[in-house]
Amino acid sequence: MVLKPVGYEDGLTGVFAALADPTRRAILTRLKGGDATVAELAAPFSMSQPAVSKHLKVLEQAGLISRSQRATARLSHLEAEPLRAAVGWLMDYRGYWTESFDRLDDLLDDLQGES
Amino acid sequence: MKIVVEPGVPQVVVVREFRAPRDLLFRAYTEPDLVKRWLGPAGLELVVNQLDPRHGGRWRWTHYDSDGKGYAFHGLYHGSPTPERIVQTYEFDQAPGTVYLNLITFDEADGVTTLTQNTVFFAVEDRDLYVDGGMERGLRASMRNLDALVTELAEEAHS
Repeated sequence: MVLKPVGYEDGLTGVFAALADPTRRAILTRLKGGDATVAELAAPFSMSQPAVSKHLKVLEQAGLISRSQRATARLSHLEAEPLRAAVGWLMDYRGYWTESFDRLDDLLDDLQGES
Repeated sequence: MKIVVEPGVPQVVVVREFRAPRDLLFRAYTEPDLVKRWLGPAGLELVVNQLDPRHGGRWRWTHYDSDGKGYAFHGLYHGSPTPERIVQTYEFDQAPGTVYLNLITFDEADGVTTLTQNTVFFAVEDRDLYVDGGMERGLRASMRNLDALVTELAEEAHS
């Protein structure tokens, strides 16, 4: 597999826009189970294949999936790098504040020790 | 620490108690040298680029990872920040236009300060990008799985 380099500045913006939609997140979750055709991806949703194709286009432009042709079907494939950048950073709100506030405790102890 | 994430409401409330007077918490929030000592995940270095705690004043800070990659956030203070409350907008540099609003209050009683951080987003979907959506629909768990998977995939690709 070849990873597509993603421009950091523009790349993440597109990734966040793509991830903001619940249907697209569901499609990505489905793709972690393996490559899939448009018909396979449309099956769990009450959505037409053209509507799903529209979502796939957004995901592809964000670099989150790549698509290849197999016989008559077009396969979608999950791409790793952009998700690592986005998921690793923003998904852990609880961790961010837990760690920050633990450090704030230490800082406040230091400040009170000084006074 | 308590996090309240309700389904269908684009809001998160975090409540945390500190054994310190609120004046000190206010300093920790508004003095750049102090902010950099606590804010952000462990392992990331914080650089406070700008911090002007007055009505309409700007703030901007950048978290740097071990590879030197920076993640910058910025926004404005609304109303004069006081040891009672701070109101500020937030925007992640990589997601311009997706703004959220923070109301932070400090309530002191018997030497304990209760910090309440109330964050409001445009839409539930925006909130779920930032927050533990696990309580609502398992998003976080699935994203974590996704993260584990893509890490594996990336490792495979490099080997």
